[in-house]
Amino acid sequence: MDIAALTFLALGLPFLAALVAPALTRLLGQNAAWILALVPAAVFAHFLRFVPEVSNGEIVTGGYAWIPSFNVSFSWLIDGLSLTFVLLISGIGALIVLYSGGYLKGHPHQGRFFSFILMFMGSMQGLVASDSFLMLFVFWELTSITSFLLIGFDHGREAARRAALQALVVTGGGGLLLLAGLLILWNVSGITQFSLLLSFGSELKQSPFYLAVLLLVLGGAFTKSAQFPFHFWLPNAMEAPTPVSAYLHSATMVKAGVYLLMRLNPVLGGTPEWQILLPLFGVATLVAGAALAVRQTDLKLMLAYTTMSSLGLLVMLTGLGEPYAIEAAALYLVAHALFKGALFMVAGIIDHETGSRNLTELGGLRSAMPLTFAIALGAALSMGGLPPFFGFLAKEEIYAALSAADLRSIVFAALTILGNALMFAVAFAIALKPFLGPKASTPLHPHEAPVQLWLGPAVLALKGLSLALMSGLAHRLISSPMASAIAGEPRSVEISLVPHIGAPLLLSVITVAAGVAFYLSLARLRGAMATILADFGWGPDRGFDQFMRALVRSAVAVTRRFQSGRLDVYMTVTFILVAVVLLAVPFRYGEFPRAPFFATDVPLHELAIMIIAVAGLVAIMVAPDRLTAIVSLGVQGFAVAMIFLLYGAPDLSFTQFMIETLSVVVLALVMTRLRLSPSDHRPLRQKLPDLAIALACGLGFCLLLLRATGVPFNASLTEFFNQYSKSIAHGANVVNVIIVDFRGTDTLGEITVVMIAGLAILALVRLRAGALKRAAAGAEIVVNEQDVEERV
Amino acid sequence: MKSVIFRTVAPFLSSLMMLFSIFVLLRGHNEPGGGFIGGLIAVSALAIYGIAHGVETVRRAILFHPMAIAGAGLLAATVAGLISLAAGVPFMTGLWIYPSVLGVEIPLSTVMLFDTGVYLVVVGAISSVALSLEERGGE
Repeated sequence: MDIAALTFLALGLPFLAALVAPALTRLLGQNAAWILALVPAAVFAHFLRFVPEVSNGEIVTGGYAWIPSFNVSFSWLIDGLSLTFVLLISGIGALIVLYSGGYLKGHPHQGRFFSFILMFMGSMQGLVASDSFLMLFVFWELTSITSFLLIGFDHGREAARRAALQALVVTGGGGLLLLAGLLILWNVSGITQFSLLLSFGSELKQSPFYLAVLLLVLGGAFTKSAQFPFHFWLPNAMEAPTPVSAYLHSATMVKAGVYLLMRLNPVLGGTPEWQILLPLFGVATLVAGAALAVRQTDLKLMLAYTTMSSLGLLVMLTGLGEPYAIEAAALYLVAHALFKGALFMVAGIIDHETGSRNLTELGGLRSAMPLTFAIALGAALSMGGLPPFFGFLAKEEIYAALSAADLRSIVFAALTILGNALMFAVAFAIALKPFLGPKASTPLHPHEAPVQLWLGPAVLALKGLSLALMSGLAHRLISSPMASAIAGEPRSVEISLVPHIGAPLLLSVITVAAGVAFYLSLARLRGAMATILADFGWGPDRGFDQFMRALVRSAVAVTRRFQSGRLDVYMTVTFILVAVVLLAVPFRYGEFPRAPFFATDVPLHELAIMIIAVAGLVAIMVAPDRLTAIVSLGVQGFAVAMIFLLYGAPDLSFTQFMIETLSVVVLALVMTRLRLSPSDHRPLRQKLPDLAIALACGLGFCLLLLRATGVPFNASLTEFFNQYSKSIAHGANVVNVIIVDFRGTDTLGEITVVMIAGLAILALVRLRAGALKRAAAGAEIVVNEQDVEERV
Repeated sequence: MKSVIFRTVAPFLSSLMMLFSIFVLLRGHNEPGGGFIGGLIAVSALAIYGIAHGVETVRRAILFHPMAIAGAGLLAATVAGLISLAAGVPFMTGLWIYPSVLGVEIPLSTVMLFDTGVYLVVVGAISSVALSLEERGGE
């Protein structure tokens, strides 16, 4: 197979694996993980083949036409940026699948979990590999949906369901903004692919729509990447099983927003708006996340908030516009994926083995779990930015970008040092506190984790070490191509473990010193933060609840306003509209019929039939009760059928006879069933408007028919059917031949409608009055519950 | 319904109408008639029988649930279209055969199968509504 077909297969493979995962897990139990992990591993191996080309500065594109008329394709773009992402997603994905095998061992829905996580993996790698806008958007939404499934995996718990819904609403809402942004981008440029967009950047920045595109894209990216003040869904998403947190909320999904910003940096970046908005939101997220992380005692929540600050740091670096900032973003992104994934998995191991992940309840695990301790330490060293780990390189590069002497750099450097020092303290709190000190009693007796659990974090922690030790190679193959792709021009990353005396190193030393100080006074800091947050009270998380309640209430109000449930209201509205359309069109276009021609020599029997029809109508209006009115309606219908018969339409006439008969029967039955009052009790003030509407409709139809029959009759169809009905379709009855042969497909559709309508009516008739009452009572209860919640 | 005359006449009237409905269905290709009209006549027959002898009697008489009859009709109509596809001509093309039974040539066609499908859908869907209304209305 050629490389394009293989790439297509690699993009689809996780979805195929997701299909077989449940069956495989039923067969093999947790050991299915070993086989399922081969899928991401194979994807990893496939994309590894692009590394030599991409490191030479080449961009690999490929794909297939999808909707050529709209210039929409299923196409991918492999450059330094997307390749790094795909390798991280598939590489960590393989480890996560293994880890889930151990973590959810014996869980009744483990197969479903594998299925979800593989689907997520497929969506995520599709997202970063996409070249076309539409494909990016589809995969973007798929990651939102699959993460909804994963966060709500433990759907028996209220908190998990709420977190899942919250994540879906926030990231899905952001996805809609992104869609709008991409559509404007498409409209302005006429381009549907990122690979072609690069050459359009300067024109776009001049466009009056630039700010709209920027704000919409930022809306999508900031919600997905949990930027302040949209960060609240990320810590709540910790309700998910730990493999999900390790995968989605460290290395992949939350990075999608950052990825988008990096991808669009050459096109949208470099403008004052970009360099103000991104660093501002980024640094706010960085500091807020780090401060909130200190407040927590739950290992996963601490990690979640530091993830938020890391994302802020990445957004800030992407928008900073200083030399080395892009390089620093590239390095930090890789470093973060490695150490945060490892630390999340360590937190999961501790939780799994001891039954607790509360920092204050844990201690002295070093002898029971030496390997986990070593892994945690390795990851924390990288997170703290200490040599000889990859995080150190990233941190040096960050400070290199911030070491200019102007006010802006100094402010950002100071805030970054604050955030980094807090993260340093949190990292070591997680890596040291559970393992050192006296042994604490935990719900479970701690053991060293099985191989499926420790393998993933161990590989990630070692990777953080080996990438730093072989920094030259890592930069040439990964960091430099990635930085070049983000910058849109060739960049080369040079930083190595050998420290250079200078401003960056000094800032690093300050960070470490402050971090150690924070670590030592962590308990006091936590208390202080708790007091501040308690004083503040309101937060975006509570705001989300208020927003959702307001949304539901307004939806209820609107529905009640427009869906009264009263048939007479619907009928009135419908017929007013019919009258308006029928009467407004002739007035607007002056299309009135000529005065009708009144025949004088009408035969007596025809006149009699017409009089019967009119008499039927009058009888309906003066009928004392409903049953008489129904029968009078039938009289009028029979008279019309007679007219059809006299004017040479026997088929139509027969049908009309039957329909009239059945209508009378069915209407009479409906009347008895509904137990209506036998006669009509409308007051006059309601009868008069109804009369006006009826007259307007009648007049409108009259005008329409007169006008239509005034147009010369085109007989070509008649001739056609008369000529061919017998010779082609073997039938002399033209009407029937048209129904069953010439236009048979129409009839097929019509009888389908008849059948569906019959089913629907049957269902309505069968609805018991009691069931109706129950449903109404249920709706009432829901509304009341909301009211109660609000009062509480 | 209490009228003895009506109760006595209704079975004969219904049978005659049913027979007539099939006659109308079959003659439809060349004379006024067809599946739709035939179906409506059959529904009227069932409705009359139901008013005279109760819905349960009708349900026993037609053996199947009316919606099952409608479903069979829709299936027949679709199959009539698909047969053409299987014969290598476009969907819904009319195909004719002329087998000879006892020396009489009988033209048969997919079109006729289709029209029978229409007949069954109309009979099933409308009589199911009418019968369920009669049933409830009598309570």
